[in-house]
Amino acid sequence: MSADVVDEAVPPVTVIECPTRLDFSYTPGVAQSRFLRALERGEITGQRCPKCKKVYVPPRGACSMCGVATEEELVLSGKGTITTFCTTQIPSPGLVPPYVTAWIRLDGSDITSMFLIQECDPAEVRLGMRVEAVWVEEADRKADLGNISYFRPIDEPDAEYETYKDYV
Amino acid sequence: MRNFKRPVAIVASASFETPSEPSRNEVELLLPVIHDALGQVGLTQQDIGFTVSGSSDYLQGFPFAFVGALDAVGAWPPIRESHLEMDGAFALAEAVAVLQHGHVDTALVYAFARPSRGDLDRTLSIQLDPYSVAPLWPDARGLAGLQAQAMRDSGRFDSVPEVPPTHVADGCTAVVLAVGDRARELTKTPVWITGIDHRIEAPALGVRDLATSVSTRLAAESAGATDVDAAYLHVLYPHQELLLRDALGLNGQPVHSSAGPMMVGGLERIAAAAKAVAAGDARRAVAHATSGPCLQQNLVAVLDATAVLEGAAA
Repeated sequence: MSADVVDEAVPPVTVIECPTRLDFSYTPGVAQSRFLRALERGEITGQRCPKCKKVYVPPRGACSMCGVATEEELVLSGKGTITTFCTTQIPSPGLVPPYVTAWIRLDGSDITSMFLIQECDPAEVRLGMRVEAVWVEEADRKADLGNISYFRPIDEPDAEYETYKDYV
Repeated sequence: MRNFKRPVAIVASASFETPSEPSRNEVELLLPVIHDALGQVGLTQQDIGFTVSGSSDYLQGFPFAFVGALDAVGAWPPIRESHLEMDGAFALAEAVAVLQHGHVDTALVYAFARPSRGDLDRTLSIQLDPYSVAPLWPDARGLAGLQAQAMRDSGRFDSVPEVPPTHVADGCTAVVLAVGDRARELTKTPVWITGIDHRIEAPALGVRDLATSVSTRLAAESAGATDVDAAYLHVLYPHQELLLRDALGLNGQPVHSSAGPMMVGGLERIAAAAKAVAAGDARRAVAHATSGPCLQQNLVAVLDATAVLEGAAA
């Protein structure tokens, strides 16, 4: 073998391809399994912390503030209040702009969830607006959040600011 | 590291292991174990000065699982927290170092994993050199086989056991640490960590002598792992126990080896050693944890029924 001096003129390799694939099965856990099964029935459920009394949707089986197990389960009405929203002007797969994404505080819950707002003019969406879940047809329901197509306005007066000010 | 200015003791611990957890997620696995450990000494999370964990999101294929696991702790009001993508034993070493600073007197260390959700042998491949080794997808058991063969070829071992399938288990361990008088307040049987250290070898398997464990020997020397009457070893494949016995200079003491859940097993061995010392089954035990392929990184801790204060050692 000859002892050549390293030739610095060799072009550096800047990209190599190393495909990586790992398969996993997902375990949502006991609490989230119950939540997903309820969605299959057309119900939104939450769990209440025994210590601070906050209601979590979706439930994770624990209160992340207190670090204790949450066991008391309750069924929510599927109605809620918009606490924050965003109108998107650029297209997204399956969505025609402009469309509205909102954080909704579901009645009876102490955490907000993100959903689409439809069946209304985006210009009319506002904080405090009352909305309800629109579900996919019963025959098409599965154990996932896709069962809720979107939220739409309902004919109720806007919620008082005091009721959602901590969630804006 | 030994002869700490602030002596650190294990005051409580709890563990859970199952071959494959069918329904609970990582938070649901951890909650009862953490509550068990804290409850043994009457503490709540708000009494804990420093919280640190060891886990790898790659094992369950869920990004930021270690952040989600904080739900099992309760991080409100906000807590001092740290995480290592390593076995929880290395998190314990960090906690011992933090406790030396003098700002906090207690620490919670935990580790969790659910590798049954994926293919552990294959997942471990991606901790190898990403350019020259990982693309070949050498599985963990295969690398262990190379090590066993290197031991046979060395001629230094009478017989080297076959390499069984990689141990797959889900589970978690939680350990509570406290300093000095705080430890004595919390339990009648604090188990003192009189020394702890960890060393890492070169990542390239080809440059190492796989038939010896220099990192274990150096960590043991630094931790003062002499005159022990029991050993708790983190052994992922049986042949590795032979290397560890040599490196630790064990000579007839009872050896308790297990693999445990990946990322948990090392911390679990420290907890098991502490339980034995607290129960009086051992006076001074050495506990070991490993990480990486073919014993690449090794941690050695010495657990003693008696605290050895600075200047008291010979």
